[in-house]
Amino acid sequence: MEAFKQITSRAIPLPIENIDTDQIIPARFLKATDRKGFGDNLFRDWRYDKSGEPNDNFVLNNTEYAGEILIAGDNFGCGSSREHAAWALKGYGFKVIVSSFFADIFRGNALNNGILPVQVSGAFLKNLFNHIETDPETLISVDLESQTISISGTEVSEAFEIDPYKKMCLLNGYDDIDFLLSKRELIDTFEETHFQIS
Amino acid sequence: MKKTLFDKVWDAHVVQQIDGGRDILYIDKHLIHEVTSPQAFQELEDRGIPVLRPDQIVATADHNTPTVNQHLPVKDALSRNQLEQLSRNCKKHGITLYALGHKYNGIVHVMAPELGITQPGMTMVCGDSHTSTHGAFGTIAFGIGTSQVAQVFASQCLLLKKPKSLRITVNGKLKKGVLPKDVILYVISKIGTNAGTGYFCEYAGDVFENMSMEGRMTVCNMSIEMGARGGMIAPDSVTYEYIKGREFAPKGGNWENKLNYWKSLPTDDGAVFDKEHHFDAQDIEPMITYGTNPGMGIKINGRIPEEHSASFEKALKYMNFRAGESLINKPINYVFIGSCTNSRIEDFRIAADYIKGKQKAPNVTAWLVPGSKQVEAQIVAEGLKDIFVQAGFELRQPGCSACLAMNDDKIPQGEYCVSTSNRNFEGRQGQGSRTILASPLVAAATAVEGKIIDITQHLN
Ligand code: SF4
Repeated sequence: MEAFKQITSRAIPLPIENIDTDQIIPARFLKATDRKGFGDNLFRDWRYDKSGEPNDNFVLNNTEYAGEILIAGDNFGCGSSREHAAWALKGYGFKVIVSSFFADIFRGNALNNGILPVQVSGAFLKNLFNHIETDPETLISVDLESQTISISGTEVSEAFEIDPYKKMCLLNGYDDIDFLLSKRELIDTFEETHFQIS
Repeated sequence: MKKTLFDKVWDAHVVQQIDGGRDILYIDKHLIHEVTSPQAFQELEDRGIPVLRPDQIVATADHNTPTVNQHLPVKDALSRNQLEQLSRNCKKHGITLYALGHKYNGIVHVMAPELGITQPGMTMVCGDSHTSTHGAFGTIAFGIGTSQVAQVFASQCLLLKKPKSLRITVNGKLKKGVLPKDVILYVISKIGTNAGTGYFCEYAGDVFENMSMEGRMTVCNMSIEMGARGGMIAPDSVTYEYIKGREFAPKGGNWENKLNYWKSLPTDDGAVFDKEHHFDAQDIEPMITYGTNPGMGIKINGRIPEEHSASFEKALKYMNFRAGESLINKPINYVFIGSCTNSRIEDFRIAADYIKGKQKAPNVTAWLVPGSKQVEAQIVAEGLKDIFVQAGFELRQPGCSACLAMNDDKIPQGEYCVSTSNRNFEGRQGQGSRTILASPLVAAATAVEGKIIDITQHLN
């Protein structure tokens, strides 16, 4: 996994609540057997109309907006456990997703793929949307080390929480497999007694 | 210390506690299917790691399979490739696979319980969010992402923070025509789609105690729709009866040992939950959804509420419904009875019971999709298939089907589908499709009438 430390980028606003994984990547695109190419179908049914033409009203097709940060409404990533949603966001080029709430499984999937989910207060989220709407060139900075998100050139900033273990993993580009494999002896010992009781 | 059911099972599976509040949790059973496993196998291969415990993994093909002509080669090349990849991976790593056409093939959450693979006190995972279904047996069961599938392949463990505990108690007697699906749709409509985030939920009270295993599975299945990772119901005699004698159920002296263990699992009196909700069975009516998340549910004879938020308005616009409107008499052209929520034998018995002696409305395309080969066989054996066929219905072959519309079973753009599945997200059943979630009884009645009817009037 790639390490993540700090990013300053413009951001793409998507002020819709309860964006579920079926919207992020519809099921009909889950037939691949590798992790590549999902970015092309990110938000497919919002991004393109039935005939495959880009939908002008959708923010990803609006050239005013760009960047590696997605700012989304409350309860982002609810629904299915498909990690394809994280692969699609990553494939498209997003490194950070900001919302006031993330669904559990999505949060884990994002972190396992080097995408940082930044959970902010509802008021801060609103503030971000306002700034970006007024000026699409607004730069947002996310610093993992100090756990802060801020609007560049302003005093506007907020601290965010992240699990210390996950933070360490992201900063160093480690993943859980490395860690779990280092515990192999413990796991073997556990198994010896486990199957006798349960 | 007084412990909850969840605590007891979780604590018995902790290999080690890590600093920062994480546990290495041992996984007893790992279920896999064609869609979320290929990248995990690839990951292992790339890193040169073997599958640690292939005999604790069971595979099935379900998400991406056709529900007609299963004996023929799968037409869609990408789907076929995904299915072949699963077969190759299982063969290579020595994993049991119930491939398309096998007598045990079926939706992963229907197949495992009916084979007795799911047992109380276990930890189970699958790369599918509705793994919560297995919690009906007093099992800690939850959905995981593909990276975690790879972790379990490699180590039979996951690194997790212990979730908080939530208990939902429903006491009293359910009214006529109110099914387990209505109970869970009601609960979600009351507490919302993210009320359970960060929690593992236990369902308690007479309503669940008096429910069949099929009903309990329907309830636990939808735990994820309120954001919870999983739901559980304490094992009792109903659970033991269900498991006894099934293919992989413990046998002989082992049965007695297990039974003793299972009996120790229910939540201790006085154990404390982080959050509790109480509901009264008498308040629950047959339910239906009107929006684009499972929390947007109303009593079938109720009216769509008035709310002023961008997402509420967006949902109504997508569904082409108005605030304040009743759904009774809405013409419906598609009905789907299936999915891991409602595709067990009991669901088809309920549907057949209503349909018997009636005819399907001419405007309706109805898909009846059993959850597994075994359910399919039972439908035939119990004579339910004859009832369906005489009423003009077609029984299809098992699979996830129109629940997620990965195969050809898609609801056309703009059409409404009254569906027994679990998600009414935009486009879930096909691009532009409009899903209305309901119980198998409401779905059957809709198919017969060609429109939504007030089932409560009908029953009295
Ligand atoms: S039936 Fe639907 S919800 Fe259940 S496993 Fe299949 S796709 Fe998922």
